[in-house]
Amino acid sequence: MSSSQVNNLANILTENFQSAFTARQGASTLPWLSAQRQSAFDQFQEAGFPTRRHENWKYTDVSRITKTGFVTADATHNVIQAADLDSLKFNTENNHELVFINGQFSAEHSNTGSLPDSVVLGSLRDALVNTPALLESSLNQCLDSNNHVFAALNTAFFNDGAFIYVPDNIVIEDPIVVYFVSTFTESKLTTAPRNLIVLGKNAQANVIESFHGLKDVVSFTNTITEIETADGAVLEHYKVQQENTDSFHIGGTHLKQHRNSRVESHSISLGGAIVRNDIVTKLADEGAEIILNGLYMGNGSQHVDNHTLVNHSKPHTQSEENYRGVLDGRAQGVFNGKVIVHKDAQKISAAQSNANLLLSDHAEIDTKPELEIYADDVKCSHGATIGQLDKNMLFYLRSRGLDKETAKSLLTFAFADEVISRIKFAPVREQLEFNVGGRLPDADLIKANLDSANKIKAR
Amino acid sequence: MLKIKNLKASVDDKQILKGLDLEIKAGEVHAIMGPNGSGKSTLANVLAGRDGYTVDSGEIIYEGKDLTEMEPEIRAREGIFLAFQYPVEIPGVNNVYLLKAAMNAIRKHRGEAELDAFEFLALVKEKMKVVKMNEDLLNRAVNEGFSGGEKKRNEIFQMALLEPRLAILDETDSGLDIDALKIVAGGVNDLRSEDRAIVLVTHYQRLLDYVVPDYVHVLSDGKIIKSGGKELALELEEKGYDWILKGADAA
Repeated sequence: MSSSQVNNLANILTENFQSAFTARQGASTLPWLSAQRQSAFDQFQEAGFPTRRHENWKYTDVSRITKTGFVTADATHNVIQAADLDSLKFNTENNHELVFINGQFSAEHSNTGSLPDSVVLGSLRDALVNTPALLESSLNQCLDSNNHVFAALNTAFFNDGAFIYVPDNIVIEDPIVVYFVSTFTESKLTTAPRNLIVLGKNAQANVIESFHGLKDVVSFTNTITEIETADGAVLEHYKVQQENTDSFHIGGTHLKQHRNSRVESHSISLGGAIVRNDIVTKLADEGAEIILNGLYMGNGSQHVDNHTLVNHSKPHTQSEENYRGVLDGRAQGVFNGKVIVHKDAQKISAAQSNANLLLSDHAEIDTKPELEIYADDVKCSHGATIGQLDKNMLFYLRSRGLDKETAKSLLTFAFADEVISRIKFAPVREQLEFNVGGRLPDADLIKANLDSANKIKAR
Repeated sequence: MLKIKNLKASVDDKQILKGLDLEIKAGEVHAIMGPNGSGKSTLANVLAGRDGYTVDSGEIIYEGKDLTEMEPEIRAREGIFLAFQYPVEIPGVNNVYLLKAAMNAIRKHRGEAELDAFEFLALVKEKMKVVKMNEDLLNRAVNEGFSGGEKKRNEIFQMALLEPRLAILDETDSGLDIDALKIVAGGVNDLRSEDRAIVLVTHYQRLLDYVVPDYVHVLSDGKIIKSGGKELALELEEKGYDWILKGADAA
C-alpha cells in the first residue's frame, strides 16, 4: 500500500474500532472491559502515534509502520503446518506450550500439560468467558497506558494472548512456552497479543514468550504483557523476538512487584525491521527485586530500540540490568535505561550496564542511561560502553589458525553469549546460542564448536 | 626451515629490526637473547604476522615460501606457533572451542580428517599432563582469571597439542617461579625433535639451564651482533650484555 493512500494505519484503526470492538468481545460482553477499551482508544485518538519529537521516541521513527495499512487475518487463515511449527520450537520436553497463530489461540497445537487444578493456563479470550472475575481484578492493573500509546492501542484492540495464573504457594518448574507465529501472507498482517501473568504469594513460574514469522510474512506485532507478582513470588520471564526482517514489533512488558518478589527478565531481540521493547517495572513493596538481561542484534537496516524503566517505589528494593548490543551493516540500536528512585525509597540498590559492539563503520547505537533519584541513602551505578572487536584477541585467535572471519564471529558470539549464557533452560539457551552463532559469518564452524563443546560439557 | 635475510621491520613507523640475518634448520633449538628494546619480541611478532609489524625490506623464507605474504592464520596452519609473552584473556571463548577450532583448521589445511569429539578429548587430556595443567581450566574462558604461570603453561599446552614445525617462545620464562619454569621447560623439551625447530626468545639465561639450545644469538639494536653455542649464554650471564655490546662497538 503506497503512502499516498489516505487509509494509513490510524485511519484504518479508527474506522475499524467499533466493528472490531464488537467482534473481539466474543460471546461475553464485559462492561468493565468495554470501558477499558473505550478509554484506551480515546487515549490513542488524543495522543496519536508518536513522532521523533517525543523524547521516548527520539531515535525511533515509527512512520514506516503507521503509514502502512495492516489488517488482521481472517480466522480461516490462522493455520500452520506442523513441520513449520516444529522447526521454530525450542527443544524442550514435558513442558507447557501455548501456540497463537496470527494472534489467535490454537488449541490444536497447544498443550497445557499436567498442572494443579487451581492453576489457569490458556487463552486470555477463553478466560474472559470462563473466569471473568479473576480478570476484572487483574487485567490492565500494571499498565501505564498514558505514557505508552501502543499499549493503549493494544488494550483497545487485543484479541487474545496467554493468561497464566499461579495461585499462592504453587511452583511450576517446567517452563511455560508461549509461541506467537505469524503465517498470513495475503496482506500485511497486524496482531495485538495481550498476555497476563499473575503469580500468587510464594508462587513460582518460568514463562518464555517466543515471537516468529514465517517466510514472506510482513507483520506488525503490537504486544503487551502484564505481570503481577505477589509477596515472595519468583518469576523468570523470557521474551525472544525472532521475526523476519520485513516485520515490525512493538512490545511492552509491564510489571508490578510486591514484597520480596523476584523477577528475572531476559529479552533477546534478533529479528524484525523495526523493533521496540519497553520493560516497565514498579518495585512496589520492600524487598522486591528485578534482574534485567538483554541482548539485541541488528544487521542490514534493522532498527532495534530497548527502553527499560525501573521504579524503585519502596525502600530495600533492588535492580540489576545488563544489556548488550551487537550491530553490523547499517543497523541502528537504541538503549535507554531509566531508573527512578522515588522519595523515601532508601537503601535501594540499582546497577545498570549497557555494552555495545559495533561491527561496521555504518552501524549506530544511541545509548542513554538515566537516573532520577529522590532519596538520599541509595546505591546506584550505571555505565555504557561502545566498542569494536579487540585487536589483540583477534590476533591471538588467528595465530592459532582460525580464519579472520571465524575469529571475528567467535569474539562476537562470545560477547553476545555473556547474556545468553545466563539463560537457565539448556534447550532454550542452546538453541539461542545456535541461532546467534548462525547469524555470523562462518556460522557452521561456530556451530560445530558449540556442538563439540556442549558434548564435552555433558561428559 | 627458516631463512631470514637482511630483515628490516618497523612498528608504528619506527624501524626496530635493522638488517637481521638468521638461518634455522629442522631439529635445532635457537636462543635469541638481548637487552630490552633490542628487537627480540619484534622478531617474534613479525614471524607470527601480527598487524602493525611491517616488513620494510629483506626476506623471510619458511619452508621455501615467502612468509611475509602469508596471513597469520596461514602461518599457523603451515606450522608456525607463537607462544605469547602476554597471553590474551578472551572472555566468553571457551578453551575447548579454541583448541578444537585451531586443531581442525590446521588438520584441514594438511588435508587430514577432523578429529571426533572423543579422540580430541583424549588427546587434550594427554597433552595437559605434559604441563601439569588442571583440567578445570579446560572449560574456562581462554586465559580468563588464569595466574601468570597458568597462562604460560597454557601456551605450552596449546603448542604441545598443535605440534608446530617452528615454535617461537616469546619470553615464556618471564614471570615464572622455578617450579613453573621446570614444567614449561619439560613441555618444550618434549617437543624437541628432528623435524621441528624451536626459537627461544629470552632475556635471561635461566630457561636455557633446562632447555639447552644448539645456538645462541645476541640481538642488539635490530641486528644479530654475535652468535655462538650454548656457552655464549653462560658467558652473557656472567659478564652481562655490556661486555658484548662494547665488543660489537669496537669491532
